Amino acid sequence: MSSSPLETIHLPHLPLAVHAALYTDVHNAPYLRQQLLSANADFEYAFVDASMILSRAHALSAVFRAVNDYLNERLKSRNIHSEIVFSLSPTNNIADSFRKFGISDTTTSLLVVKVSVTPDITYESVAAHLAQNVQGSPLAFDDESLSGISNIAKIKKAYKLGSLPSTPSGQANGTQDDGKRRLEVSVQGAIALRGAA
Amino acid sequence: MPESEYNPPPLPQPFTNTPASQITPIYQGAEAHLYKTTFLSPPIPAALKIRPSKPYRHPILDRRLSRARILQEARCLAKLVKEGVAVPALLGLDWEGNGKDGGGSWLVMEWVEGCVVRVVLERWEGVIKARQGYMGGIEGEEEKVVRRLLRRIGGAVGGLHRAGVIHGDLTTSNLMLRPFSRIGDQKGNVDSGEEEEGGSSDMEGDIVLIDFGLASQSSQDEDRAVDLYVLERAFGSSHPRTEEFFEEVLSGYRESYKGAGSTLKRLEDVRMRGRKKSMIG
Repeated sequence: MSSSPLETIHLPHLPLAVHAALYTDVHNAPYLRQQLLSANADFEYAFVDASMILSRAHALSAVFRAVNDYLNERLKSRNIHSEIVFSLSPTNNIADSFRKFGISDTTTSLLVVKVSVTPDITYESVAAHLAQNVQGSPLAFDDESLSGISNIAKIKKAYKLGSLPSTPSGQANGTQDDGKRRLEVSVQGAIALRGAA
Repeated sequence: MPESEYNPPPLPQPFTNTPASQITPIYQGAEAHLYKTTFLSPPIPAALKIRPSKPYRHPILDRRLSRARILQEARCLAKLVKEGVAVPALLGLDWEGNGKDGGGSWLVMEWVEGCVVRVVLERWEGVIKARQGYMGGIEGEEEKVVRRLLRRIGGAVGGLHRAGVIHGDLTTSNLMLRPFSRIGDQKGNVDSGEEEEGGSSDMEGDIVLIDFGLASQSSQDEDRAVDLYVLERAFGSSHPRTEEFFEEVLSGYRESYKGAGSTLKRLEDVRMRGRKKSMIG
């Protein structure tokens, strides 16, 4: 078990298993990105720049939306994995969503997500393929790991939430946790509402 | 064959996959059904609101209405969360609701622990009544806690209006009293049972506004005043013993944002003529 950083997640209400792994100190981002650009079928993953992820719930909100849109046959992008990256975005511009949330050549922290849309996508197959191809140090996919990775300023900018106070001023017991929680649910709301004309 | 037995409409995608043990009906209104379930993480409770499609409406009209209304609600919730107003956060949404068999549009919100203010006040009124019979006034200490509660309600409504949102259906059933939580302890208390009866400590907590099914965005004094008027009438009819303290709601409101004064002035006009504005001219 401890050999692979991969985690299989069964999101409530969804019939498809989701596999996710978090890495830091990734050395071969340009290679991984190149595989996406050349549409290498073996590399059908959601490769997310983990510095744009605030928390596990943030990432899973986008996964949920993408899987639900997939089940309802209304994907806006090529496949369910590109849709996960697109679903992180608060806007309807697909290219822009990849620039902001997708892997870039300079990405060092990477969140990888793969959905079991066909029976041959299993924990074992995904774990083995990632072990061969991602050069980086595995981390647990949880809020604690992410808190050391996320770039709050960039996230706020991407969601146009710059005016959110880091700590709520009106409340006597406003802690940093409250501020982060408010940012998290604001981001989740933006993901849910994307595309609502 | 019991003809009267009610069959709730089938759940829309993706909740058709959900085991019955993980989705519990809570409330059913004319427009929507509310369930307690989970979202993203199994131990954390969430509220699911479904607007089932109405088979008697023309399908195109039905889609349009359902879509417009769920979006309206979702937008208001998202905006209020951003503004830091205490409402259940919007976590997930599907305005199409086109599960292959009709289904309906849905939205998922944060679960709010606690009790609706209507119940808090009814409980309090019961205690007061039992203690005093029908004679005499209400004792100082008991009066103070209820006054404080009403003042906080005014503050909550003011925060809502300051953010540019009108609730549209302010009653004491759409206000919740959420007990002060131990921070970070959200996961543990799914099974919190009934609170103990009586004491005034029951009235501590945050006021959380719920049910934005009739909400809209507006910053006009008229709309704000009507919102307050509806709440005032709700107090008058549901809580006769607390009606005399309604002034506390208004003073809490007055202190909550800058434009509150002119809204309260407008409220006087609304009281004279009722909720509906004259349509003459």
